[in-house]
Amino acid sequence: MHEMSIAAAVVEQVDRAAREHGAQGVARVRLRVGELAGVVPQALDFCFELACAGTLLEGAALQAESVAARARCTPCAVEWAVGMPPDLGCPSCAGGSVELLSGRELQILDVEWAERPGVQADQKG
Amino acid sequence: MCRTVDLRQAILARNDGSAGELRAALAARGTVAVNLLSSPGSGKTALLEAELGLARRRGVPVAALTADLATENDALRLARSGALVKQVLTDGLCHLEAEMLAGHLAGWLPDDTRLLFVENVGNLVCPASYDLGESLRVALASVTEGEDKPLKYPTAFGLANLVLVTKADLAAAAEFDETAFRENVARVNPGVEVVLTSARTGRNVGVLLERALAVLDGAEPHRPVMSVDHGPGHHHGPGEHRGEAEHQHGHGHGHAEHQQGHGHAEHDHAPAVVRDPS
Repeated sequence: MHEMSIAAAVVEQVDRAAREHGAQGVARVRLRVGELAGVVPQALDFCFELACAGTLLEGAALQAESVAARARCTPCAVEWAVGMPPDLGCPSCAGGSVELLSGRELQILDVEWAERPGVQADQKG
Repeated sequence: MCRTVDLRQAILARNDGSAGELRAALAARGTVAVNLLSSPGSGKTALLEAELGLARRRGVPVAALTADLATENDALRLARSGALVKQVLTDGLCHLEAEMLAGHLAGWLPDDTRLLFVENVGNLVCPASYDLGESLRVALASVTEGEDKPLKYPTAFGLANLVLVTKADLAAAAEFDETAFRENVARVNPGVEVVLTSARTGRNVGVLLERALAVLDGAEPHRPVMSVDHGPGHHHGPGEHRGEAEHQHGHGHGHAEHQQGHGHAEHDHAPAVVRDPS
């Protein structure tokens, strides 16, 4: 399960950004996770909480936006949803000019700061 | 006050940066790294032992680094080939990362090494996400594992430059459907070469070595569809993540504590074993 390593990398990057911005804490971290990124969001969620403990990110919420995988065959001008398991063969030709348009994202999108550690955003009940 | 800040950073930027640096450093000294991915028990070690033996007989300077959670059994097996071998114990970590690998190579890998085979931790999930600075990535599956393995582990097979089927001598007993397997590979990685091998009978032993030597000679490996797009944020301008590469992080891989095996293990050199306290 490499989600712990992924979570640790997220915490490391956000922690550094928080220090650069002089933020006291982190309320929310938003990620983009592609369908083909090889990451299980639930596992990442679990690991994120553990990885945040004792850092500026303690108590931060993790929001993962999933990105559908799409591919295109340029010569055929065909575009399709790759699906899972992925189908990366062009549906209309046997050629090898397929290009993956999306689906491999594993990215920190944005971060919402908190006044102090442990305060989550949107705790309106 | 703006409370939300766009970061748009690739989460694996640090590893990708280290992998790129390692690939460039290896290329500069004329070494090609081969990353071998498979599930446990697929026969990676047996095939690699045969390939290393062949390389030694042909006079190709090769080295192998094998990663496992525990035991040095694989290194002992690989060392029988006469090649320089290092065992890395990950202490439970499910994959290798580029920085870790670079640390293990420092002071160990002889300058004249042409091919470095990295036997990743037996796992088809996690190692797939980590570029190790290799120029050839190989996914292996044995005939006993089922024809749908490439569909079950699409990133491992989808990102491979070469797919090897092992234990082909057992194909009939396992009722291995080669056509179905090839179709499944083509679905996740159109155009990738699939080769059936058997370390026991010697069938196609040497293909891995030939493909690796071709890359060393400048041949362009197959480019998987899946490898093209790493998503936005991956191709930041140079320098953007440089600071991170220098930054200390929580992994604290204690490298260099055992640097041994200098020069080539011409004879029955005991393989170096390093515990990675990750």
